[in-house]
Amino acid sequence: MIGTGLLKGLAVTARNFLGSFHDPRRFVTTQYPEERTVLPEAYRNFPFLVSESADDPMGTLRCVACQICEKECPPQCILIEKSADKKPDANGKMQIYPAVFAIDTSVCMSCQICVEVCPFDAIKMDQVFELATTNRFGGLLLDREALAKPDSYFHRIHPTEAAEVEARLAAGRKAAQDKARAAAAPKAAPAASAPSVQPPAAPVAEAPPPPGTAA
Amino acid sequence: MSAADPSLLASAPGPQIRAVRDEFHGDLLEVSMGPHHPSTHGVFRMMATLDGETVVKLKPVFGYLHRNHEKIGENTTYLGSMPYTDRLDYFCAMTNNWAYALAVERLAGQAVPERAEYLRVILAELTRLLNHTCLAGFLLQDCGASGTPLMYAFREREKILDLFESLSGSRMMCNYQRFGGCRVDPPPGWLEAAGRLVGGYGGFLDEYEALLTGNEILMARTQGIGRLAAPLAISAGVTGPMLRASGVDYDLRKVDGYGFYPRFAFRVPLGAHGDTYDRYMIRMLEMRESIRILEPALRDLPAGPIIDPKARLRGFRAKPGEAYGRIEGPKGEIGFYLISTGGPNPYRYRVRPPSFVNLTILEDLCLGHSIADAVVILGSIDIVLGEVDR
Repeated sequence: MIGTGLLKGLAVTARNFLGSFHDPRRFVTTQYPEERTVLPEAYRNFPFLVSESADDPMGTLRCVACQICEKECPPQCILIEKSADKKPDANGKMQIYPAVFAIDTSVCMSCQICVEVCPFDAIKMDQVFELATTNRFGGLLLDREALAKPDSYFHRIHPTEAAEVEARLAAGRKAAQDKARAAAAPKAAPAASAPSVQPPAAPVAEAPPPPGTAA
Repeated sequence: MSAADPSLLASAPGPQIRAVRDEFHGDLLEVSMGPHHPSTHGVFRMMATLDGETVVKLKPVFGYLHRNHEKIGENTTYLGSMPYTDRLDYFCAMTNNWAYALAVERLAGQAVPERAEYLRVILAELTRLLNHTCLAGFLLQDCGASGTPLMYAFREREKILDLFESLSGSRMMCNYQRFGGCRVDPPPGWLEAAGRLVGGYGGFLDEYEALLTGNEILMARTQGIGRLAAPLAISAGVTGPMLRASGVDYDLRKVDGYGFYPRFAFRVPLGAHGDTYDRYMIRMLEMRESIRILEPALRDLPAGPIIDPKARLRGFRAKPGEAYGRIEGPKGEIGFYLISTGGPNPYRYRVRPPSFVNLTILEDLCLGHSIADAVVILGSIDIVLGEVDR
């Protein structure tokens, strides 16, 4: 009979309308900004630069200005200028650092490719999304001071990923220390017992473990 | 226009008036619908020539959203094009990613682990649910049912987008597939959440169909409107639900058997009339079949690596050669054709966008129908301008 389909549809609408007062499955609206949904851990927005310490962010940037992210960035929104001098990184190794590191967030499309290609875990995705500014040129072009955020912040927003990164970096530091010790050992050994011909055997026996543990 | 002289009409006796009325033809009216018209699904323009309300000629005009996608693809690295493919058909980022990844994997001769293949099927079918649900909502919006069906559709879409967000980090611009697998493993609880969504989706479809499928107004507006004959559909290269609504049994999931689709039992629904109502109905039925694929896929998802350990992110280069990767996207055959000369970026990069090809027959469908029906027909073609214009 004509009209039954319409009535069936109206029954559905009525159920939904009444349900919107009492059925939790139909409470789908979040009253932003008073209420906020919880962001999933994987949520990503514009990138930021990881610094080891919150007190001296510019001195402890992990970035070594290798410019891989600058080359891989699909919309080409990253600008890096290498420093002329070097300074020690977290492992104490002398490294170049970025004298200029800027991201034009009006161009950035939050694709995360810079994060994936970075071999130093120096750039990560942020979760801040309320970034409206009244200055569309200067306000959206973020320099390294604006981009730097401490490692503790990264641990707070992406705990799982940060734990993986931490393990990887710790392994790297350990390998670097072992290597440094192995490099130092042959020099120290001949000094301790110069006349003997045997001692060089000891460092050789000591040297193999680092590659083994690193692998 | 002497026949239209009002004084003549007033003085003429009965039968004569009718004769004058039959001769009373106004000029043809050319109406430019769009590019800023809500019914054109974006910045699409229809130059319609009308005789009264009837469409006698219709010229689709597009290109307002042209972003040089293919040329950009030739100038960025293989990996760099992946986030751009999200922005083709921004409803179906996951299937676009898959089609592109498939083309590059063929080019580079790369294998994909089992877990990634399963996840790709899961994500593609979730995308199909998302796309078809929203399409029904938009189609009803075009019919004049402002709000209700579209809001119900968006309520469900939001749940799928939440899944995508917790998996890939972004709701619509997923950028999730990689050459040789997927980017990250699903987080804890993701599969359970997806299982809950799929388990409840049948109930939502029942509700949605109770609202729409038997609705007399929808039937009156869509049945017999915009018939697409199978020979025309085939010769125009129409694919996807549009083609199957015309009764042609052609589904790349069956024809190519790409991914792990041959492992799943599902049917391909076919239409009998090829009209707008069939195109609506085909999508409803396809969603039911998608649920039948999703349930076993989520249950049997194997453990293992998510990406081929030999896959390279930095400095990816493909062997010289050419490859075409295509999959059955929600809108039809989405394909990527690549030519490599061995460099870091493709020499030629070409997209085969389903909604662009499906749009080419718009005039054939609209001729003889009223301009209001042209809007409904356009809604049933299911276009996304990001993909049409690229």
